[in-house]
Amino acid sequence: MSTTTEALDTINSGYKWGFETDIEMDLAPKGLNEDIIRLISARKEEPEWMLEGRLKAFSQWQKMAEPVWARVDHPPIDYQDLHYYAAPKKKPGPKSLDEVDPELLKMYEKLGIPLKERAILAGVEADPDERPQIAVDAVFDSVSVATTFRESLAKVGVIFCPISEAVRDHPDLVRQYLGTVVPVADNYFSALNAAVFTDGSFCYIPKGVRCPMELSTYFRINARNTGQFERTLIIAEAGAHVSYLEGCTAPQRDENQLHAAVVELIAMDDATIKYSTVQNWYPGDENGRGGIYNFVTKRGACRGARSKISWTQVETGSAITWKYPSCVLIGEDSVGEFYSVAVTTHHQQADTGTKMIHIGKGSRSTIVSKGISAGKSNNTYRGLVRMLPSATGARNHTQCDSLLIGDQCGAHTVPYIESRNPSAKVEHEATTSKIDEEKLFYCRQRGLSEEDAVNLIVNGFCKEVLKELPMEFAVEAQKLLAVSLEGSVG
Amino acid sequence: MLEIRGLAASIGDKLILRGIDLNVPDGEVHAIMGPNGSGKSTLGYVLSGRDDFTVTGGSVLYNGLDLLDMAPEARAAAGVFLAFQAPIELPGVNNANFLRTALNAIRRAHGESELDAVQFLKLARAETKRLAMPDDMLKRNVNVGFSGGEKKRNEVLQMALLRPSLAILDETDSGLDIDALKIVADGVNALRSPTFSALVITHHQRLLDHLVPNRVHVLAGGRIIRSGGPELARELEKSGYAGVLAEAA
Ligand SMILES: Nc1ncnc2c1ncn2[C@@H]1O[C@H](COP(=O)(O)OP(=O)(O)OP(=O)(O)O)[C@@H](O)[C@H]1O
Ligand SMILES: [Mg+2]
Repeated sequence: MSTTTEALDTINSGYKWGFETDIEMDLAPKGLNEDIIRLISARKEEPEWMLEGRLKAFSQWQKMAEPVWARVDHPPIDYQDLHYYAAPKKKPGPKSLDEVDPELLKMYEKLGIPLKERAILAGVEADPDERPQIAVDAVFDSVSVATTFRESLAKVGVIFCPISEAVRDHPDLVRQYLGTVVPVADNYFSALNAAVFTDGSFCYIPKGVRCPMELSTYFRINARNTGQFERTLIIAEAGAHVSYLEGCTAPQRDENQLHAAVVELIAMDDATIKYSTVQNWYPGDENGRGGIYNFVTKRGACRGARSKISWTQVETGSAITWKYPSCVLIGEDSVGEFYSVAVTTHHQQADTGTKMIHIGKGSRSTIVSKGISAGKSNNTYRGLVRMLPSATGARNHTQCDSLLIGDQCGAHTVPYIESRNPSAKVEHEATTSKIDEEKLFYCRQRGLSEEDAVNLIVNGFCKEVLKELPMEFAVEAQKLLAVSLEGSVG
Repeated sequence: MLEIRGLAASIGDKLILRGIDLNVPDGEVHAIMGPNGSGKSTLGYVLSGRDDFTVTGGSVLYNGLDLLDMAPEARAAAGVFLAFQAPIELPGVNNANFLRTALNAIRRAHGESELDAVQFLKLARAETKRLAMPDDMLKRNVNVGFSGGEKKRNEVLQMALLRPSLAILDETDSGLDIDALKIVADGVNALRSPTFSALVITHHQRLLDHLVPNRVHVLAGGRIIRSGGPELARELEKSGYAGVLAEAA
């Protein structure tokens, strides 16, 4: 078990990740205009084509309006009242841990990043034999602080680096793929992201390569009133295989912080991309004050035959979640999967689900969504399954379960099914259950505390999704569920 | 020793138990019989701490502990076990995992070390074998898709593993085939000791043939209206409740 998990063991209540790191920041003035975009591009030392793309996206965004169809409710966001660039002040690379900003190390520690990884993250070279087999790309506000394992990955031809670096060092790959899965004008937030994105990860797995380790990113939002707009692009060439983990936290604050990420995945023939997220951004307090607004566009394109993209997410954080990781199943016999646990408590609002667009013959998709609502929260599953005329013999199975804790929360299921090929099969199952007194009493009669009983029932409810996560992540997610739901019964 | 004095309980504004007096000395098995709706299950729930019911009067002492003051899990740790008339289904919760969590919770409360998965499985397999239950019952989700009889057997399995000192069996014999009935009775008999006592709620003599109770009580209208030896159960089986009820009226 990692220290992440052990750290989670010690949590008793409240939001544990609500610390703020006091590091000298390089901060752009508030507001969004062409000058700010030029500044971001300049700070990133970007080529001209990238700046042009950003400016085009910005003018596109100005013509668009915030979507209103989701079942979420928030005061209007003042896009001019945010900082669009925040970065720790650059110093020459540290030679040893002693030279690393202790605040940064402290933050890694609080994040539960294992000690050895902390050193590597901070740019200190460790004994190669002692390296854990996870490569970490940490994004601290707008800048990737460090990227680990670059060398061992490079040996097999895997590129794993901050996207800003990829823009400079691998411009051909970036230009070939960026924005091809989520076009700039896809939606309001994707356009905004394309204009102002500051960092994120870039992964390229060459033909036939099984990525020798899990690739992992820790995202944090630290500076006050910064929007974080990360951009991730993962490309798996024919026969390649990669598993990518994304973990997120944000410090506790009163102001709502905006997060609008775009993630694009591309899988060629026989390639597999597994993308796992555990998101526990600050959800706001009991009264619904503060918390992250999370408006994310995640989409994967199964371009090759028999390619497979699998999304697994455990979402316990954010005041508002607006997120629909999707698969466009173009290749013949390609496979899309979406496994999701979304927990809402207090005043949280989650409108999440997936889209499975079936284009290829014999393409298959599986959707397993588990929504848990407690307190006064609202949890909506919104899912689209579209079978295009070309999708002969395509199949989808959707299972959508809701678990209610208490009687002041809401669970909503909004499936959209469109089939334009009569040979395609779509199945949808939905259930709603309650953690009721009867179940709790049965467990307590056997000696379990109320909290243990809730955890047991919740974990049972989520099992099909949790088992899709890499082992360590699953344990972490299980703990996170327990912490999130603490005190929600009785 | 279980000592119930003047126990009264209601649900909503409906009074169900209207003053129960009952002593179950250590080592004894007492049967509770009585017409449908007379409050037998309610008595089991109130003793084990279900809070839908409001205790409006009386006291319950168990080995000197004031049971009514304790949380359900604390009562369980003190040795109280209720085999439910209608066992609850827990979707997605693996039976073995549930049983181990329960057993370890009780062991923790007693200051004993917890059992790991391997130690637990060994113990559980031995019990399922003794109760002639298929092993896969441990792998399935708690009571989900179990037949009526399987659910009852699962209750007995839990009892066998948790080794309570006070077992309340609420119609655990209902819905069991003849062989299963014998197995359940054996399960209870195996626990019998000078420090074990049981309240066996039943409508049938046949379980009592195997279990031979020390006392039989008739509960009607929320009161115990008659108590006697094992012969009382046989008498009721023959002539029904009419006579006893008329006598009590
Ligand atoms: N949740 C409830 N709400 C309202 N009334 C209830 C509730 N639970 C029990 N009762 C009532 O309390 C009375 C006693 O019920 P109880 O289940 O204790 O009877 P019982 O003796 O176990 O009957 P049976 O032999 O049918 O199992 C019944 O009239 C029943 O309808
Ligand atoms: Mg009953």
